[in-house]
Amino acid sequence: MTGTTQQAPGTTPTTTVGLELDDVTLTLGDGDSTVTALDHVSLTVPPGQLLAVVGPSGAGKSSLLAVAGALGLPTAGVVRVAGVDVSALNAARRADLRRRRIGFVFQSGNLLPALTAVDQLRFALHVAGERVGRDGRDPRTLLGQVGMAHKADRRPHELSGGERQRVGIARALVTAPALLLVDEPTAALDRARSHEVVQLLATETHEYGVATVMVTHDHDVLEHCDRVVEMEDGRLTA
Amino acid sequence: MFLAWRELWFARSRFGLMGAVVGLVAVLVVMLSGLSSGLVNDGVSGLKKLPVTAFAFDDGTAVDSAFSRSTVDRDQLAAWSAQDGVAEAALFGNQLVNAEGANGEAVDLALFGVEPDSFLAPAPDAVADGEGLGDATGIVVSDTVTELGLGVGDTVTIERLGTELTIVGVLDGQHTFGHVDVAYVPLETWQEIHSGALPGTEVRPEAYDEATAVALSVADGAELDTAAGDSDAATMTVPLDESFDGSPGYAAETLTLNLIQLFLYAISALVVGAFFTVWTIQRKHEIAVARAMGASTGYLVRDALGQAAVVLVVSTVVGMAVGVGFGALMTSTPMPFALEAGPLAVAAALLVGLGLLGAAASVGRIAHVDPLTALGGQR
Ligand SMILES: Nc1ncnc2c1ncn2[C@@H]1O[C@H](COP(=O)(O)OP(=O)(O)OP(=O)(O)O)[C@@H](O)[C@H]1O
Ligand SMILES: [Mg+2]
Repeated sequence: MTGTTQQAPGTTPTTTVGLELDDVTLTLGDGDSTVTALDHVSLTVPPGQLLAVVGPSGAGKSSLLAVAGALGLPTAGVVRVAGVDVSALNAARRADLRRRRIGFVFQSGNLLPALTAVDQLRFALHVAGERVGRDGRDPRTLLGQVGMAHKADRRPHELSGGERQRVGIARALVTAPALLLVDEPTAALDRARSHEVVQLLATETHEYGVATVMVTHDHDVLEHCDRVVEMEDGRLTA
Repeated sequence: MFLAWRELWFARSRFGLMGAVVGLVAVLVVMLSGLSSGLVNDGVSGLKKLPVTAFAFDDGTAVDSAFSRSTVDRDQLAAWSAQDGVAEAALFGNQLVNAEGANGEAVDLALFGVEPDSFLAPAPDAVADGEGLGDATGIVVSDTVTELGLGVGDTVTIERLGTELTIVGVLDGQHTFGHVDVAYVPLETWQEIHSGALPGTEVRPEAYDEATAVALSVADGAELDTAAGDSDAATMTVPLDESFDGSPGYAAETLTLNLIQLFLYAISALVVGAFFTVWTIQRKHEIAVARAMGASTGYLVRDALGQAAVVLVVSTVVGMAVGVGFGALMTSTPMPFALEAGPLAVAAALLVGLGLLGAAASVGRIAHVDPLTALGGQR
């Protein structure tokens, strides 16, 4: 496992795919009141593509991220991240897959308050057990790429919402993931800042050849995306 | 420990506050431990320094008053001397008396009546000043008697009886019993005093057969068959360390102090447990983020326990250092106070160990944080 190629042993046919959902269904809730959050969803995201998922509230966008990010298992269907079948993995192995292969960018950054910007990135490397010069990327260089070099030693409470989102993106990329999952990155930002952040996501997606799925309510920023899919009632409609 | 160290620094005032509580508990524990050791020394150091394995008291005496109530005789001594495994057996007399020095000053003494040629008599190398037992009215006393201004050659008079005893030797170190200085006295003289006979009057003849207990010492590697000995000699045998309960006030004092220390340990563990419970709940969202990033439960639990260990060890060490500093001032006062490395090490281990247990109870919550909650906007 070196560089940004997503090689997984024995899965040669799918190595060119960052994320693959094949007929995925997710039912939530218990007993009589079950909700079909994902309804026979099939989706393929190749490396280097920024895919936007839009749709009304309750459409199943967060559920899609949870299943794609190996946070939960689908009720039916197959989820492959960098060629690895997620449904075959137990919780510990899914955590391992997350720290090595998947990067998350959360709404409003969700940085750890005790850590400086550069330590947010170092923490991700530490969790993944990787060191700079192997699979991981150099934290300060990456912070420079997202325009945060001058605030590398600030803690989250000293950063603006847009700056936190930039650090969050750098943190998600530092472990050289194959799949980047982004949850409403512009929810807390003004127009100008929203465009900057999504533009940055597009740039990094292309530069690092990572498959990126971004959930958003913000139709303004779709122009920066390579592809847009719509969701409604758990189904992909476009 | 990547996150743990940085959190310690980031939330240093909160951790400092909790550390201060643990540190203050550590100070108190040191003080109590010193007081405890001091009281034990005051209560039973005279017994501890006897080369005795066990005491055989007269059958039917209660342990807590054995040294004042029990009376044994030479037949019981003979029965014990014949037992297997007994290397030495000798009569031991014990009596607390009030006496006064040459200038009328009060001197309380615990008289240890021993035969001068028995294994109980102070060894020559234990006598720091003067000589050992021999002279009928010569006594060998604890060096704590010198604090009263008495020394070799001085005479003390036992109140009520008027018996005069002369200090012929001063022992090395503290020998006390029931907070009173020990004076070794020849058994025959002890028997006369114990019988209550005034000097010059007739002593009832049986008195010369009697003592408080048969002191036993066991041959190397031998096992004492107390049941057989007790039934042959009509005695009740108590190992030396259990006989401490027969020292006046000993059981009550040690129980009280141990109880206070127990409460302190419990308080400290609860404070640490409560702190880390609140701390973990506060960090719930961050833990969810870390788990979504792929941090395993083991990674996060190790981090949290390491953090707790750092706080506990640092505050315990600082608290104990302060406590030992205070203690050094205390040892120069008449307070019974003695700092001993053993009990302090045990106390430190208990504080850290129980604190970790308290922290462990709370970090269990880490395992139950759902990484899914990191998604979405709940914050
Ligand atoms: N834990 C759960 N138990 C039961 N139903 C759930 C659970 N989580 C989500 N749902 C339901 O699943 C459906 C999809 O929810 P999801 O959170 O994926 O929607 P969303 O598209 O992200 O909405 P939003 O834009 O408001 O964030 C909804 O109908 C929701 O009520
Ligand atoms: Mg959502």
